[in-house]
Amino acid sequence: MTWTWFHRLGSPPYVYRLAGRLTPWFGWVAAVLLLGALYDGLVIAPPDYQQGDGFRIIYVHVPAASLSLMIYTSMAVAAAVGLIWRIKVAHAAAASCAPIGASFTVVALITGSLWGKPMWGTYWVWDPRLTSELLLLFLYLGYMGLRSSFDDLQRADRASAVLAIVGVVNVPIVKYSVVWWNSLHQGSSLSLTGKDTIATPMLVPLLVSILGFTLFFAAILLMRLRAEVLRRERAASWVREALSS
Amino acid sequence: MTHFLHMGGYAAFVWPSYGVMLLAVVLNIIWARSVLARSRTEARRRAAIQGDSE
Repeated sequence: MTWTWFHRLGSPPYVYRLAGRLTPWFGWVAAVLLLGALYDGLVIAPPDYQQGDGFRIIYVHVPAASLSLMIYTSMAVAAAVGLIWRIKVAHAAAASCAPIGASFTVVALITGSLWGKPMWGTYWVWDPRLTSELLLLFLYLGYMGLRSSFDDLQRADRASAVLAIVGVVNVPIVKYSVVWWNSLHQGSSLSLTGKDTIATPMLVPLLVSILGFTLFFAAILLMRLRAEVLRRERAASWVREALSS
Repeated sequence: MTHFLHMGGYAAFVWPSYGVMLLAVVLNIIWARSVLARSRTEARRRAAIQGDSE
């Protein structure tokens, strides 16, 4: 196997052009999947036998929550790659992840509390799952705040990468909090290894929704990555060519 | 239709949840586009300055 594709991903002009070509594909496929999931989840899927139509919040809450973790993990991996191999594009990717991840964390917290009120009788409780998800939001905000506190981009990259990597310890805590502790939060409906604890007509829109939001994240990430690459490379000659064409 | 909007009595929780997600999607698109547009403008400005000094 050759590693040329990997090396090319470290090249700013290549990444700028590739991201530009891929953005509309991810965006439009995401739009189609999300409209399908919206109809399937709100209209076709039957009401839950315990939670009635209230369970339909799952189709926005679970994708937001799983993306909040997936984006953080991606951010930490990109930051580690940037730190270890000194690849600027990787730092740019990590920086681009943070605002998107923070926004999905906010959505997960708000939709979760809107789901908690009718089912648990409260909008908020200092439960392990909820508290660790709130900590995740603070990690995103801390990462963004730390970056903006440096004038020097290289120092911002390195310092924020360390924070991103240390903070990744919170990801398994959020994920397994409902298993490790006696949480008010319900257990997971999806399982990669065992049997899903959700009926198929309810499961299909959930999987489509998760896939749709993941592709949406990819499209937004690519746009932000292009912006970040341009900002870092604005003095380079390829930028002038790329912008004039 | 009213039956659908009623959401089995959970309308006050289901619709705001979908609304929050919609808002996040729209804001993410607007923010990303404006960040990209700003970077492009800035890069063009610098390219123009460099072009003049050459």
